[in-house]
Amino acid sequence: MSQYVLRRLLIAIPSLLGISAVLFFVLALAPGDPFSELATNPNVPPEVQAALRAKFGLDDPIYLRYVHWLNAMLHGDWGFSFVSRMDVDKLILQRLPTTLFVIGSAQILALLIAIPVGVYAATKPYSLFDQIANTLAFVGFSLPTFFTGILFILIFSVTLDWLPFVYTTDIKATGIRWVLEMIRQAIMPVAVLGLFQAASMTRFVRSAMLDVIRLDYVTTARAKGLGQAKVIVKHVMRNAMIPVVTLIALQIPAVFGGAIVTEQIFRIPGIGSLLISSILSNDTPVVMAVTFVFACLVVLFNLIADILYGWLDPRISFR
Amino acid sequence: MLDKELRSMIGQVKDGRMDRRAFIKRMAAVGLTAPLANQILALGGVAMAEGASTYKPTKRGGGGALKLLWWQGPTLLNPHFATGTKDQDGSRLFYEPLASWDPEGNMKLVLAAEIPSLQNGGLAADGKSVTWKLKPGVKWHDGKPFSADDVVFNWEYASDPATAAVTIGTYRDIKVEKIDDLTVRIVFNKPTPFWADAFVGAPNTIIPKHLFADYKGAKSREAPNNLSPVGTGPYKFVEFKPGDLVRGVINPDYHMPNRPYFDTLEMKGGGDAVSAARAVIQTGEYDFGYNIQVEDDVLLRLEKGGKGKAVYAVGGDTEFIALNFTDPNTEVDGERSSMKTKHPLFSDPAVRKALAMLVDRESVKKAIYGRAGRTTANFLNGPEKFVSKNNTWEFNVEKAAKLLDDAGWKPGADGIREKDGKKLKLLYQTSINGPRQKTQAIVKQACQKAGIEVELKSVVASVFFSSDVGNPDTYPKFYADLEMFQIPMSQPDPSQHMRRYTSDRVATKENKWQGTNYPRWVNKDYDAIIAAAEGEMDPIKRAELYIKANDLLIQEVVFIPVQHRLKVEAAANNLVCIISGWANETDNLFDWYREA
Repeated sequence: MSQYVLRRLLIAIPSLLGISAVLFFVLALAPGDPFSELATNPNVPPEVQAALRAKFGLDDPIYLRYVHWLNAMLHGDWGFSFVSRMDVDKLILQRLPTTLFVIGSAQILALLIAIPVGVYAATKPYSLFDQIANTLAFVGFSLPTFFTGILFILIFSVTLDWLPFVYTTDIKATGIRWVLEMIRQAIMPVAVLGLFQAASMTRFVRSAMLDVIRLDYVTTARAKGLGQAKVIVKHVMRNAMIPVVTLIALQIPAVFGGAIVTEQIFRIPGIGSLLISSILSNDTPVVMAVTFVFACLVVLFNLIADILYGWLDPRISFR
Repeated sequence: MLDKELRSMIGQVKDGRMDRRAFIKRMAAVGLTAPLANQILALGGVAMAEGASTYKPTKRGGGGALKLLWWQGPTLLNPHFATGTKDQDGSRLFYEPLASWDPEGNMKLVLAAEIPSLQNGGLAADGKSVTWKLKPGVKWHDGKPFSADDVVFNWEYASDPATAAVTIGTYRDIKVEKIDDLTVRIVFNKPTPFWADAFVGAPNTIIPKHLFADYKGAKSREAPNNLSPVGTGPYKFVEFKPGDLVRGVINPDYHMPNRPYFDTLEMKGGGDAVSAARAVIQTGEYDFGYNIQVEDDVLLRLEKGGKGKAVYAVGGDTEFIALNFTDPNTEVDGERSSMKTKHPLFSDPAVRKALAMLVDRESVKKAIYGRAGRTTANFLNGPEKFVSKNNTWEFNVEKAAKLLDDAGWKPGADGIREKDGKKLKLLYQTSINGPRQKTQAIVKQACQKAGIEVELKSVVASVFFSSDVGNPDTYPKFYADLEMFQIPMSQPDPSQHMRRYTSDRVATKENKWQGTNYPRWVNKDYDAIIAAAEGEMDPIKRAELYIKANDLLIQEVVFIPVQHRLKVEAAANNLVCIISGWANETDNLFDWYREA
C-alpha cells in the first residue's frame, strides 16, 4: 500500500512539471499586459511602463521566465503579484477560508440532497417520486448558476428584501448574531451552487444504484431474508458509491477553486473571484499560482480516490 | 478684444471696484465660466479663491458607517504604485494631497495652508517655481508630526527610477526644496503655467517619510506599509484585503474642524457595475457606488426603487473616433500604419469631412449615454475656459453624400463609392464595451446610407489598451482606419492631453509604439501652437492657444468627437457626496455627510 502511494506520488512529479510548463507558456502567450491601465493614463510616461516591465522581468524570453518561476516555486516562493505588489501565497491564503466555507457548504448540501434522493429514487424506479426527482434534476442542471443566482437575487433581495446579495467578510457583530448573519448572507450562494451540484449528482447516484441493485448478490441478500434498509445501505450502496466517490473526489479541487461565476455575482471574496480579477488585470503570477494549485489538487485527489476504492471494495488491489 | 476687456476687469477686481462674484458672472456671460475666471484671476494678480464648502455638520463623528461599493476594488494602497484609479481612490481614503479639486475645478486646501498666488509670493512671476505653505499642527495617524520633510521625501521617493513608481512622470522633471518646516518650494525646469500637478489631487497624495524612508528605490516593494497606510486623512486604516475590502475608522485628531462625519468606513470591491447600481439605488445595501457605467434606462428603472439615485459629475472626458493618417494595410519594414505611407482614402479631406457628418451624436446620446453624455463638436471639452465656441457639428447624410460626389467618389455597381479604383471601405475598431458596440452600429448604418462600407471590429479592453509590443490589436498600433475610445482627463488642465498629438510623438515601431500620437497626424502649425502654449504664462493667451489647437484637430478631422461623457456614480438619497469631474471620487470625502 505505502509502496503504491509512493509510486503514484513519484509519477505525479513529471505530470505536474508538464502541467506547469503548459500553463506557463499558454499564459505567457496570451495577449494582454499587467500595466495596460497605465497606458491610458497620460500621467504615466511610456518609459515608465517599459521600466516596470523590465523590473518585473516581463521582457525576458519565455523559457527563461519559466526557469525563474520554477526555481522560485521550488524554494517556496510563489511569486509576486504585479497588481497588488504583495506575495501571491498571502493573497491566496487570505481568500481560502471564505472559499472553503461557501463552496464546502454547497458541496455538503449537494451530497445531503443527492445521496438520499438518488438512492430512494433508485429503489423505486419510475415511481412518482422518481419521476419528480428526475424532472427537477433535469431542470436543475439545465439552469446555469449565473441565471439562478440573478433570479435568487431578484426574488429574495430585491422583491422580498429578505437576504443581502453582497457578501461581506467583516460582519459587525459577535457571538451568535455573527453566526446568524454569516448564515444569512451565505444562504443564496450556497443554495445556488448546492442545488446545481445536487441535480447532476442525484442523476449519477440513481444510475449507479440501479446498476448494482439488479445484480444477483442483491437478490441473494434479499433471499437470505435481510430487511430492505440493510440490503440497500450495506450491500447496494457500498458498491454503488465507487463511481460516486470518483465524481466527488474530482470535484474537491473545484471546492478550493471556488465557483468563478457565483463568486462574481455575490461578490464573495474567494479564490474564484481572485482568479477572474487577476485574469482581467493580466496579473500572471497570481493566475499561474492559482491554476497550478488546482492542478496539484486534481492530482492529489485522484490519488485519494484510488485509495478510497480499496476501502470500499477490498477486491481492488494496489499494484 | 476679449483680452483687453478682461485685463481691465481683472484690474477692477484687484482694486476692489468689482467683486469676485460679479467678475465670474461677467465671464460666464461671454461663455467662460468659474474655473477659468479663477485661474485667470490667480495669474492676473488676484488670489485664486478656494472652492466654497457645503459641509453642514457641526460636530465630528456620529454619522455611523459609510459603505462604499467599488466594483473594481483597490488592489494596493500606496498611491505611488497605483495602477489605476481604483488604487488611487483607496489610497486617498487615508493619504492626503496638499490640495484637491472641487466639482467646479477650484482648488480646495487639504494639507496646504493657503493657495499659492502672486500676491502671497507663492507663485513666481516667471512661472518657474511655486511655494506651498503647509498647515501647521497636522499629525500622521501614528502621532508623528507632518512637515516639509515628508513632502520633499515623496519627491525623492517617486522620482527615483529604482522605486518604479507610476507617479514618476509628475516628479522627475521638478525639484522640491524645503524652505522651513512648513514651507516647500517646487522648482520647474521651464515656465510651467499649470503648477498644480505635484502633490495635488488623489494621484499625488503624500506618504510619511518616517515609515518609507528605508524603502526608497529597489527595496520599495518590501515596505510593510504598502498595504497598511498611515496617513493624515479623516479616516485611520483598519484592514485591507486586496480586491475585496478596505476598512477605516474615524481619525479623532483630524486637522479639519467638525470633520469627518462618519464613524467608520468600508470600501467593498468586486462584482459588476449593474449589480453595484442595484445594491445602492434599488436595495440600499450600500451608500455609494463608483463608476456606474450602466445604460440610462436601466438606471432610470432602478431609481424607481426610491432608495438612491444616479449622480453626475462633469469633467473633460471625450469619447472620440480617431482617424488613421497612415495606411494600415501596407507593410513597410515590418510595420503597418508606417509613417512612410499615406492613408489612401483619408488623404482626401473630403472623405474625412464627410465622415464627421455621418456620426449621429444626438442619436448616440439618446440611445446610449442618456444623462451621462452631452453632444459636442470639440475634442477638448473642459475645463470650460479651454472649450472652443468656434465649432459646430451636424449629422447630414445627404450633405455627406454630396461632398463625396463632388470630390469624385462615385457609387460603384455594389453601391459602394470608389475613385481611381479605390473603394470606400473602412475598418472601425474599438474596445469591447456595450455602449461602444452600439455606437459603432449607429455610425455604420449612416455610412452605409452614404455609400461607405464599414467593417466593425472590437478588441478585448485588456488587449486594446495594453502596451504589449507583440500584439497587433492595441490602440497605439492602430492597424485600422478608424478607432474609438476615450482618454480620461485626470486634471483640470489640457496640457497633458493636447501635447500627445505633436509630430515628435508619433507612435512607430522604432519607439515600440510608445509614442502618444497614434493617429500619426503631422502638422507643423499644431506643433507650434502646443510649444507656444506650454511656455505661455498668460492664462488668457494660453487658453486661446489650446482652443486653437482643438479647432485645428476638428477642422482637419483628426478626431470626430462622439460624446462628452460625464462621470456617473450611484448614491443613497440621503448621502451628500461631493464628486468632481476633475478628481477621484474619494478626493472630497472629508466633506461628505448624511442628511437627516
